[in-house]
Amino acid sequence: MTLSVTRRTRLSTTWLILLVPIVLLLIAAPWWAGRADLRLMGEIALYMSLAILWNLLAGYAGLVSVGQQAYVGFGGYLFFALTMLAGLHPYAALPLVVLAGFVISAPVAVLIFRLRGAYFAIGTWVVAEVFRLSFAQISSLGGGSGTSLAPDIVRSLADGRDAREAVAWWLALGAAALVLGTVVWLLRSRQGVALTAIRDNELAARSLGIDIWRTKFTVYVVVSGLTALIGALIFLQKLRISPDAAFSANDWTAFVIFIVVIGGIGTLEGPILGTLIFFALRETLADLGTLYLIALGIVAIVIMLFAPRGLWGFLRDRWGLELFPLSRRVSGLAKKEA
Amino acid sequence: MDWLNALVQGVLLGGLYALFAAGLSLIFGVMRLVNIAHGDLIVLSAYIALSFGVALGLNPLVALLLVVPTMALIGYALQRLILNRTMGEDILPPLLVTFGLSVILQNALLMGYSADPQNLQAGAIETASVTLGPLAVGLMPVMVFATAVAVIAALQWMFYRTALGRAFRATSDRQDVAQLMGLNRAHVFGLAMALSLAVTALAGVFLGIRTAFDPAAGGARLIFGFEAVIIGGLGNLWGTLAGGVILGVAQTVGAKIDPGYQILAGHVVFLIILALRPRGLFPRIDG
Repeated sequence: MTLSVTRRTRLSTTWLILLVPIVLLLIAAPWWAGRADLRLMGEIALYMSLAILWNLLAGYAGLVSVGQQAYVGFGGYLFFALTMLAGLHPYAALPLVVLAGFVISAPVAVLIFRLRGAYFAIGTWVVAEVFRLSFAQISSLGGGSGTSLAPDIVRSLADGRDAREAVAWWLALGAAALVLGTVVWLLRSRQGVALTAIRDNELAARSLGIDIWRTKFTVYVVVSGLTALIGALIFLQKLRISPDAAFSANDWTAFVIFIVVIGGIGTLEGPILGTLIFFALRETLADLGTLYLIALGIVAIVIMLFAPRGLWGFLRDRWGLELFPLSRRVSGLAKKEA
Repeated sequence: MDWLNALVQGVLLGGLYALFAAGLSLIFGVMRLVNIAHGDLIVLSAYIALSFGVALGLNPLVALLLVVPTMALIGYALQRLILNRTMGEDILPPLLVTFGLSVILQNALLMGYSADPQNLQAGAIETASVTLGPLAVGLMPVMVFATAVAVIAALQWMFYRTALGRAFRATSDRQDVAQLMGLNRAHVFGLAMALSLAVTALAGVFLGIRTAFDPAAGGARLIFGFEAVIIGGLGNLWGTLAGGVILGVAQTVGAKIDPGYQILAGHVVFLIILALRPRGLFPRIDG
């Protein structure tokens, strides 16, 4: 009898095969979707990326941040500054935004990692406020009232409005693919095993020799850099930036947390499912305005109290579903031993 | 003289921040809970005082007699019905539940009272002043500061001299053993939250008299309270007062340099202290 360890299941293989036509269909979206639909899909892709990133931070590394809007806004503002003030082409600016996100988040991490648990959460919020107030002081970027992206920069992306909408969509789709790919790769690597161990039991992980601080630091920096990229793309879509919009705790943190909690925190599929549910609800209930937000808050609390692993966690516990080949399974054991 | 004035105003403002912080510090000390909705509960108290004022024609300072017990009841119910279910080893549930609560409160206030800024009219006392040596300072800020000192002294006395305080400390040290000694943990936690929100009620009414407030004003109050707690050192009530004063002075001195720097200066001082003294300026010895 031979034992073998595999991460694949029949479902995950089917899913990965299915993913190919889905991705092709999404790439071809500019030819079959209307302009409004394309914008909505772009927004969904960017929110999904934010949710996947926040989930890696909070669900795996235990770094519950309520201040990721710091990097969304930072990315947006830096993108505007690099293109408008430094005269860079948007495509050249995007990688620099990621790099700058890495560079700025490292010292921030060193500072706020001194706070534990919930105090860490509020510490991240203070950092976001410092970012917001600082960018509001920069008068060349419009100060407190913000600024619009110069038309010639928008034009440098592509000729014609339809072509630009298509480019914006491909950038959003590409960023979502990059984020998902990075997270899957990270979770399958040695770091990922360490992260999963930390998620399940920090004390046990430490006693196995995992350097908790370094692992968390890596995750925080990677997540922040990618969050800055998403921020740049969000405001490339909006074409206008202001401190209140760029560093909005509601838009870039509250919604993202609700998405992850409803979908299932600590699973890779959860944020994806959560984003789809969130947008389905928003498109149908958005007319309710503030009532919609109250309902969202109540749903999140109820899920946290009664099904803390969210919708996907519930499905996984019940049927062992897993779309992405992450956890290892042993096969070849005799049935009765298993 | 202007600088001396900014300094004195900052110290007095620190009293208000200490009131924001005391409730936060109290529940963290007793049950290691950080309430993200704390700022929104402060704002809620101000709105409750506003409603009592409109309905019964009460001066907000008199309305305190009603707002304090109302908030204490809300706190006890909140803890027993919702927050007690989240208490455990995992810090995620309480954090996310209080976060959800914060969003619900903000939007409920928005629906009930609209986004228009409100403020509480306390009458002639708002403009009364007292002379302090070469300076004339407002009577209201002095009263707020005196209240903060009195509240902290009372909490300190309660913690170390009363049966309730003994129950709090016992539960804080070892929940399971406290339970074995006949303390009902759920009830003790409920009382702690009730007391925390009673202090919050004072903070909210003083805030409403001092400045205009709107449903979105809670976030900043939570942050100020939190900064005061961390600057002063976790678990040290007098440290929290000192933390509030340092934050208040940083803000008024920052505003003196440039009005745009007021809030930023407070955050920067907080981050500097976090970098140099991560456990705060006056950490409790047993930590």
